[in-house]
Amino acid sequence: MQKAEKMQALRVFAAEIRLETLKTIGSLGFGHVGGSMSVVEALAVLYGEVMKVDPKNPRWEDRDWCVMSKGHAGPAMYATLGLKGYYEVEQAYTLNQPHTNFPSHTDRTKTPGIDLTTGSLGQGISAAVGAALGNKMDERNNHVFVFVGDGECDEGQVWEAAQFAAHYKLDNLVCLVDDNKMQLDGKVEEIMGHAKGIGAKFDAFGWNVINVENGNDVEQIYDAVMAAYDCKGMPTCIVLNTTKGKGATFAEPTGAHSSQPSKEQWDEAIKAAEAELARVKAQ
Amino acid sequence: MNFTLIGKHETDSRANRDAYVTAMQEMMSANDKVCHIDCDLYGCINTKKLEKEFPKQTFNAGIAEANAVGVAAGMTATGRTVFVHSFGCFASRRVYDQAFMSCAYAKLPVHILGSDPGISAAYNGGTHMPFEDMAIYMAIPEAVVVDPTDYAMLYDLTKKLAASQKFSYMRMVRKGIVKVYDDGADFEIGKGVTLKEGKDVTIIASGIMVDEALKAQETLAAEGISAKVVDMFTWKPIDEELIVKSAEETGCIVTAENHNVKTGLGAAVAQVLAKNKPVVMEMVGVEDRFGQVGAQKFLQEEYGLTAAHIVEAVKKAISRK
Repeated sequence: MQKAEKMQALRVFAAEIRLETLKTIGSLGFGHVGGSMSVVEALAVLYGEVMKVDPKNPRWEDRDWCVMSKGHAGPAMYATLGLKGYYEVEQAYTLNQPHTNFPSHTDRTKTPGIDLTTGSLGQGISAAVGAALGNKMDERNNHVFVFVGDGECDEGQVWEAAQFAAHYKLDNLVCLVDDNKMQLDGKVEEIMGHAKGIGAKFDAFGWNVINVENGNDVEQIYDAVMAAYDCKGMPTCIVLNTTKGKGATFAEPTGAHSSQPSKEQWDEAIKAAEAELARVKAQ
Repeated sequence: MNFTLIGKHETDSRANRDAYVTAMQEMMSANDKVCHIDCDLYGCINTKKLEKEFPKQTFNAGIAEANAVGVAAGMTATGRTVFVHSFGCFASRRVYDQAFMSCAYAKLPVHILGSDPGISAAYNGGTHMPFEDMAIYMAIPEAVVVDPTDYAMLYDLTKKLAASQKFSYMRMVRKGIVKVYDDGADFEIGKGVTLKEGKDVTIIASGIMVDEALKAQETLAAEGISAKVVDMFTWKPIDEELIVKSAEETGCIVTAENHNVKTGLGAAVAQVLAKNKPVVMEMVGVEDRFGQVGAQKFLQEEYGLTAAHIVEAVKKAISRK
């Protein structure tokens, strides 16, 4: 397949993930829409093109791993994994209902395809580092991807993990920073700024850093991951400049961390996502 | 379970930590999936040896305990058996959220090793003296929480925990410790060890307090008081059956621990008794206080962790029957 065709397929996949993510959260009526929407394109690139996975054998030993350290983006993971065939995508519409296998934050003991449990911010990156180390010890030719939020980078543990990954030269580790500029209480720069920038911090910690100007553009993300694969001897951090709430009509304008819109607002958002999917498909 | 009680109150010539290192050397050489992570404390527990012999299975995470525990969780998810070590204060308080969520909640059976428990932190003082580490870990559902008595038990439990596939926390005194059991002893997690039978009282102890309990038993015997002595190294799961049976046989219980009694062994035993067989009970241990600096001998007196304190508590318990 030519690259242009691949990218078109990824754009369609991203639009599908976005629609399913909205339906998943909408099944309950409230949830973490903002931070789920901003990572949709990156998930589309990873699961649509880059990662070696087997949905019928989620713990396949040679698979690539994906850890959602910003665990509240669980619904976007659930939509992606469902569309990828780990389970019927509609199963995720039980989100946060009693005894569901689709809890708010990703849980490796509950959902097929979830590699590590996250939710307490900062922890997923350490566990991903451990998984990268374990896979390296096993001499597997695979990668571990981990998503961290820009707000999550307030956590000291992120930087403990960053120094460890660089020290042990984990070049099979790719950290994707969802730099959507917002955290729960407001703008990141106002709540807890990152001084010279998150990329500069990772650079100072000894990582290969790639800045993606539009972190909601599948082609830019794809190119960054390919560049990460070429880098040996150090882990790579891809800073995705994203939009919180991207594509959710009620969430994008505010960049809210979690949303509880009205029934009409949900209908409007889902309709808009359906229209967007149709538009992208027609391209 | 299979053991020989020595009970001569003599300190082992070997450093206690070497029991852990020896057990790890054997396991690491037999299985390259067994790993050790340290937090800049190789020098304190002789694990430099492990790094030398098994460089691909031994990792120094630097002074960053929270990340070390998270890394251990990720490594365990790749099919490894991982022990993480730091001083007990940091291996509990500082890494609790990581131990809870990344490991235990995620069903990744990481093994956490906390050295210098309670008063054995001695000259490092109150900042480094955990009287709460066991309590912290007992609060985690399904966690295995153990306080080994001596070299032979530490060696055996290291292997038992590795084989258990359960998240665990184990205490470890670093230096030479009184040899209670002969080498080759075999223990079962969840089963306490009856060291002496008796009919007037049962002393339930763990860790460094087991030898104090045995000394107290001898003093009491000379005075005509018959004390049963139980080594309850396994705080969680605790041996309910043995506690209830002991309460039925002797009618009163005294616990002895190198930990805060309000949240430790005393509290755990009291819970079993209250539910099943309420009997008179006394607790020997730290009475809700912080640690402080000093020689271990001084601290033992300061916090009431001696055979004499156990004897006194036994007499009080019997008088309250």
